[in-house]
Amino acid sequence: MKVHEYQARELLVEAGVPVPASHVVETVDQAVKAFDAIGGRCVVKAQVFAGGRGKAGFVKLCDDANAVREAAEFMLSNRMVSNQTGAEGIAVKKLLIAAAVDIESEYYVAVVMDRAKRCPVVMVSSEGGVEIEVVAEKNPDAIHKQWLHPHLGLLGFQTQKLVAGLGITDKAQAKAAGKVIRGLVDVFYKYDCSLAEINPLIRTPDGEILAIDAKMNFDDNATFRHKRLQEMFDPSEENAMELRAQEHDLSYIPLDGTIGCLVNGAGLAMATMDIIKLHGGEPANFLDVGGSVTKEGAIEAFRIILSDKSVKGILVNIFGGIAKCDTIAEALIAAAKEIGFTVPVVVRLEGTNVERARELLKEANLDVLIPAADLEGAAEQICKQVA
Amino acid sequence: MSILVNADTKVICQGITGKAGSFHTAGCLEYGTKMVGGVSPGKGGTKSEHGLPVFNSCHDAVAATGADVSMVFVPAPFAADAAMEAADAGCSLVVLITEGVPTADMVKARHYLDEKGVLLLGGNCPGVITPGECKIGIMPGYIHKPIETGAKSVGIISRSGTLTYEAVWQCTTRGISQTTCIGIGGDPVKGLNFIELLGMFEADAATDAIIMIGEIGGTDEEEAAKYIERSIGKPVVTFIAGQTAPPGKRMGHAGAIISGGEGTASSKMAALTSAGVTVVDSPAQIGHAIGELLNVPAAQPA
Repeated sequence: MKVHEYQARELLVEAGVPVPASHVVETVDQAVKAFDAIGGRCVVKAQVFAGGRGKAGFVKLCDDANAVREAAEFMLSNRMVSNQTGAEGIAVKKLLIAAAVDIESEYYVAVVMDRAKRCPVVMVSSEGGVEIEVVAEKNPDAIHKQWLHPHLGLLGFQTQKLVAGLGITDKAQAKAAGKVIRGLVDVFYKYDCSLAEINPLIRTPDGEILAIDAKMNFDDNATFRHKRLQEMFDPSEENAMELRAQEHDLSYIPLDGTIGCLVNGAGLAMATMDIIKLHGGEPANFLDVGGSVTKEGAIEAFRIILSDKSVKGILVNIFGGIAKCDTIAEALIAAAKEIGFTVPVVVRLEGTNVERARELLKEANLDVLIPAADLEGAAEQICKQVA
Repeated sequence: MSILVNADTKVICQGITGKAGSFHTAGCLEYGTKMVGGVSPGKGGTKSEHGLPVFNSCHDAVAATGADVSMVFVPAPFAADAAMEAADAGCSLVVLITEGVPTADMVKARHYLDEKGVLLLGGNCPGVITPGECKIGIMPGYIHKPIETGAKSVGIISRSGTLTYEAVWQCTTRGISQTTCIGIGGDPVKGLNFIELLGMFEADAATDAIIMIGEIGGTDEEEAAKYIERSIGKPVVTFIAGQTAPPGKRMGHAGAIISGGEGTASSKMAALTSAGVTVVDSPAQIGHAIGELLNVPAAQPA
């Protein structure tokens, strides 16, 4: 799960990380009022998850009220299109109006889960304000890391090393930077983040240390224990079909191809997409029905797949373990009745209760279903059908 | 021969009175696993529906039954704690089946078990099976083929559940036995990984070759490739799922950096190929590739 920039700022402020004065607004008038309240130059930033805001014109530095009015009008009435949004773009509902500050130095601070070392790692760099990927490639020595003990967390000497890694030597400024690092680590632990990033963290000519932009991702497996995050969840930023699938415990990701896939298990679902491509087809989606799939859930899965009008055929690939083949067979028969298949459906079933499933499908005798004996045959069939 | 579990392994189930725990305990018993009891706080002293003794704690269960392994079906919010309890109670292997355990909990549990020298498998995994001897987990038993004299045998390690079944089935239908099959699970922080298990299969006399099934994300496969080049003499066949997956759907960029790699299928396949591993493009070719390596011809259609 992700949250908006202004929400990430809220969490940082609560953890004692200083940020420039700011307001969140939803109308042009509110934006102008916020500018008056700040009382000087400010930045107007569209609150959307997608990156590429600056290039798309959805982050604007404004010197006066008229500029703020103009920027807010533009952002609230146009859809933002960037390399991360797709051609249709996304609507902007909220703006962050933040006091503009003079910047002397820019830094990078982040906490992420290191899968290989199986613990969180804090990364800092004196080269902030640019993408950390670029720094990692061009100047890896500029990135300093400290891995956190699984049970003890951030230790005092580690904070000192990280501050030194930022290149901050002034005593008061070093103290302020240490407080930022500790605050970010606190947020990471408190809310089960998978990523908590401040980029840039800046120093003003007066020596003030401030967080300018923040990004946070949270562990989906842990949101159950964070009421705060549940309240922050913004369904309008998620794909409607992905959400509908989630409500039925299905994992669905739409893609650009023509072959709908219904599979149990994430690995087998990815492998099914791979083999479709090897046979010259293009998958229309990733869909994992999961292990404890019910007949109703599987019927919903067919509805979701068929709601994609570019689907010209469906490949059902089930290797029953916890999921039972006869449940899928029942869902196939019911879906044929309730929704009606207008495209060919290749069905490959193996594993738990496969005999019963084959009997059911034989009795139902549906013309639209094409049985396949194995994975290879199933992929060949469906690619031939949609070609 | 086998690795991790065999006919003598004694197993308890944590969460035995829950729906999933009860259902799969029945499946394991049916397969012939020595299930010796279960844990369900507050229900100690009763019998499970399978007639097994139920205990209030892992410590009571291990003391009374001498169990070696705990199979954990406890709900996600409490699963990591359950795994640590099993380790403290004296189990030598904890098989954590539960899906959706918070990563922060797994960080703590893995560290705790490492300190105690207890092996962890999972979470979010199908479990482990030594065909014909011991099944701990949720895999369908009948698709596996126990080792027999004169037949070739493979060991299987996989990050995926159902894709493992696919690989097993392709071997079985070709007449290739399996020594042990292990689903290590797909979570970011987990227990046993490719490297530890590759080493165990290398040392297992009955294992002729190894199938390793990876997925996009992380750098476990790249690490495994280095290890195989250095330390594995037996033939290895791999398939990496997700060659066509859209990038960036699950992984943040910063995560990829600290792991020191992209985590893409192509980077993993390249690393494994250069380590001398047989990498197949298609998930339908796993059985064929291992058959070629072991000189086992495809079964003639009846």
